[in-house]
Amino acid sequence: MESEVKLIDDQGKRLDGRKVDELRDIKIEAGVLHRADGSCYLEWGGNKVLVAVYGPREAVPRHTQNPLKAIVNAKYNMAAFSVEERKRPGPDRRSREISKVISEALEKVILIEQFPRASIDVAIEVLDAEAGTRVAGLTAAGVALADAGIPMKDIPVGCAAGKIAGQVVMDLGKEEDNQGEADLPIAISPRTDEILLLQMDGHLTLEEFEKAFDYAVKGCHIVSEIQKKAILDKYESVLEVE
Amino acid sequence: MENRERKIVIPSQILGDLISQQAGRGTFVENGKIISEKLGILNMKSNYVNVVPLKGRYDAVVGDFVIGIVQEALSSGWLVDINAPYPALLHVNEVPWDIEFGDTEKYLNHGDSIMAKVLQVDESKKLQITLNDRNLYKIKGGHIIDVEPSKVPRIIGKKASMIGLIKKYTRCRIFVGQNGRIWIDGDMEGIEKVLQAVYKIENEAVSFGLTNRIEELLKKDAKDVR
Repeated sequence: MESEVKLIDDQGKRLDGRKVDELRDIKIEAGVLHRADGSCYLEWGGNKVLVAVYGPREAVPRHTQNPLKAIVNAKYNMAAFSVEERKRPGPDRRSREISKVISEALEKVILIEQFPRASIDVAIEVLDAEAGTRVAGLTAAGVALADAGIPMKDIPVGCAAGKIAGQVVMDLGKEEDNQGEADLPIAISPRTDEILLLQMDGHLTLEEFEKAFDYAVKGCHIVSEIQKKAILDKYESVLEVE
Repeated sequence: MENRERKIVIPSQILGDLISQQAGRGTFVENGKIISEKLGILNMKSNYVNVVPLKGRYDAVVGDFVIGIVQEALSSGWLVDINAPYPALLHVNEVPWDIEFGDTEKYLNHGDSIMAKVLQVDESKKLQITLNDRNLYKIKGGHIIDVEPSKVPRIIGKKASMIGLIKKYTRCRIFVGQNGRIWIDGDMEGIEKVLQAVYKIENEAVSFGLTNRIEELLKKDAKDVR
């Protein structure tokens, strides 16, 4: 299959001028919503994501409660206006899948044993989408959870890698995602490098997979530093009042 | 104040190791390292590394005085919201009135506020509260405001110095629940002042010399001091 546009030019630059191992611009702000227990606004390239965290609170309906630990309910939702062609609002197959994998990723880092019978609700709203929304949402959720004061083993972080025009690259953009050969979003716990989420779309050889995986992990660590800075920026100001 | 230096820590931050220190509240241990589990302020007390949370739900401790709002009247007690992740049970045996079975609604109903004491917290975090203690009763009149539960110690102050100060200058009756609910009763002007002071404390909770600044704030246009 021949793509109409050249995803990587002769100088090795991508469509938006990035190198193969370069991330899009990321901006994170913690604590943006007043009525939520914790919140975060994130811009990752053209992605705009808003996350609100509520809880821990008693899980309802009652039969979903676990007497030994809290349940984590992440709800990923794409706004109707987040994509070029209006998306039919409401949950669909894709958003249910993403909600499930993000919930399971967050469960691994939150100290859920401290809150038996409770639920921790994470609402992820994608306001503007441009490839890699699930890792953007998960990254924002990590900051929002920390902002809510929820005990965690680590702040989870996600990043994607993929293959375009025969080359393995970090953090796919919109055209790259649509016309590329493979997409590999992962989420890790950056302190221990444990994998929290790993999905793959497309085809990669084993060598390509390993290279893409390394890129994604490298990207996660860069994003992790931005996350930590966002939280500290928000709360270090409280020390400077005097 | 043990150390003048205050430091914000975030989850996953390594705070020390088990060789010279011990893990306190808000921390966990992995591979001999003490690691913070939540967003908070680092606090070292006699070899223990603690993280005092900046935000988060009220973590009920037995003996705490709290302000609760009745959610539901059951046949042999009430379910009360005390700002914790779970509703607390107030059993008919734990109130000072003599209640016949099924008559609970006559005494406390949905929406009523009470001052209560945490009686019991069990392993699965089931909460029980009681009204059988001095100065505990159903709240009639006044206002209830919500603050961050982690800021309550600052609002009360060392040996209740801060709250004593506010009471002195505003002539309001105030009860501070450990769960972050504060009950205020007095004239409008006084309440306004209490609110100003409390929100100032909440915003500047981690800074030094706060008591003096609050006193200045209250002294301004204070007409009569009790």
